Amino acid sequence: MYEQMTNILLQSVHHVASVFMNNLLPQVAAEGAAGGDGSIPWNTVTMTLIVLAGLGIVFGVALAIVAARFVVKADPKVEKVRETLPGANCGACGFAGCMGYAEAVAGNPDVAVNLCAPGKAAVAEKIAEITGKKAEKVDPKIARVFCQGGNSLSQRKFIYTGVMDCTAAVLAAGGDKSCEYGCLGYATCMRACPFDAITMSADNLPVINAQKCTACGKCVAACPKQVIELALMSKAVVISCHSKDKGADTKKKCQVGCIACGICVRTCPVDAIKIDNNVARIDHGKCIVCGLCVKKCPTKAIHDYIPVRAKASIDPAKCDGLDVCAKVCPVNAISGELRSKHVVNQDKCIGCGMCESRCPKKAISMKSTASALSHPNAASMQETVKA
Amino acid sequence: MFQHALTIFIASALINNFVFSRYLGLCIFFGVTKKMETAVGMSFTFTAVMLISAALNWVIYTYVMIPYHLGFLKIVIFIGTIAAFVQAADTIMKKVVPALYYKLGIYLALIVTNCVILAVPLINAEENYTLFESMAMAVGSGLGFSLALILMASIREKLELADVPKSFQGLPISFVLTGLIALAFLGFSGMITL
Repeated sequence: MYEQMTNILLQSVHHVASVFMNNLLPQVAAEGAAGGDGSIPWNTVTMTLIVLAGLGIVFGVALAIVAARFVVKADPKVEKVRETLPGANCGACGFAGCMGYAEAVAGNPDVAVNLCAPGKAAVAEKIAEITGKKAEKVDPKIARVFCQGGNSLSQRKFIYTGVMDCTAAVLAAGGDKSCEYGCLGYATCMRACPFDAITMSADNLPVINAQKCTACGKCVAACPKQVIELALMSKAVVISCHSKDKGADTKKKCQVGCIACGICVRTCPVDAIKIDNNVARIDHGKCIVCGLCVKKCPTKAIHDYIPVRAKASIDPAKCDGLDVCAKVCPVNAISGELRSKHVVNQDKCIGCGMCESRCPKKAISMKSTASALSHPNAASMQETVKA
Repeated sequence: MFQHALTIFIASALINNFVFSRYLGLCIFFGVTKKMETAVGMSFTFTAVMLISAALNWVIYTYVMIPYHLGFLKIVIFIGTIAAFVQAADTIMKKVVPALYYKLGIYLALIVTNCVILAVPLINAEENYTLFESMAMAVGSGLGFSLALILMASIREKLELADVPKSFQGLPISFVLTGLIALAFLGFSGMITL
């Protein structure tokens, strides 16, 4: 029985194969090249082989010529530089993606090595090594939000129930916030950030994580109200308001808006603040980050991004009682007779650093308390938005 | 002759649109229409490659395959020619227009896998078109494909903001959309009998 089945199986396979072969080469059947069924049609087979081989050779040669003629010399440095880059393709360097910057910095002698914002100093050094250029010190930047008017502190004009996106909300009469210069809070910036550096606070304001922010600028471009700007990380005192409305109007719309009262202008020891269009603005070139304006602002519109400041302390061994410090101290925290050791009142001291910079004997140093960081990048602690 | 070529041109662009009536080239169609930028780039490249490869294939078919009765090798030889040509185009573009080359990126190589680019020479061979008619067919198919891509891209960009049910998001709703557009294109049928 098994023999019978195998026979039938073999016969049917043979039958199918012959039918298949006959139908595959119909022209051959018509041609009857070598005569008879099942015989090999050498004519066609030869031609096929010749034509296919010929075409293959022609194409191969053509491609080889094209490849040789249109060769693009790939600089090995470009690949090495590309490997050191983070690969986020954020465009902060100003070139088209990481590959674009790698090519520019390797090929063009004028392109600086420190343009990669996410890469920071480490990448700049590596690029300098590979390309033989010099790495310069660059001041790190960070994105700052110029609005403190969260849901609890500001008014809304109407209830918005459209697409929960700032660019969409702006289409509805400029957004639902009473203050037309303020942050709408629908997290468009958070979604635009390629480094996940932005989160929304409970009050619907963006909070920038200083550790993750690379100042690539994508959030700046994404915000339809232009509330976010890039600023130097070291200039930690910022007037967080863009409101160009008159003071009375601003006060109605938002509890923490700048009313252009001018108190900060008068308080600033270095004249770094100017009022323009009903809003005060700090000139970061002049600002010494003393933090005096923060305390004096009546609406608390100025934000100090250094959470806890180091306080001044005088080294008694070096102090000669020259009294310069006491004269420059804006809060009168230093006490002491002329020619005798001076002492800083730690409770009054606001950590502005003016005495430290003026002391001729360099007897003053800023000492951090146990809970604060004394690292120059103290601003890299997580900041909490003042309620 | 011109009239026949014009008929073929309109037929391959609208009436027998390769995407909406013949259901070819769908993987590239869906892959590239997420953004308008890529759709436009792809349509330019596609039309250019289509034109030249159709011409090349016609020459090989007429002067090599027909005299030697190798019609059965159509698919193999056409794919070979297309692959070789696209590779050459790739290398040339990289040197001559690097900006465009980097913009297109992988899409140039993907054209080889597009069914439409094989379908056009096959149809030309079967219908025994002259060189001029083949090129009319190629341009028509390129334009038809571009029309399809741009239509789809503009709708899909809007779809991003629409409230689509979770299970339909992405590809499923695009398929439904394509079906609806194909229904609309049915309106062209019967305009010209070819």
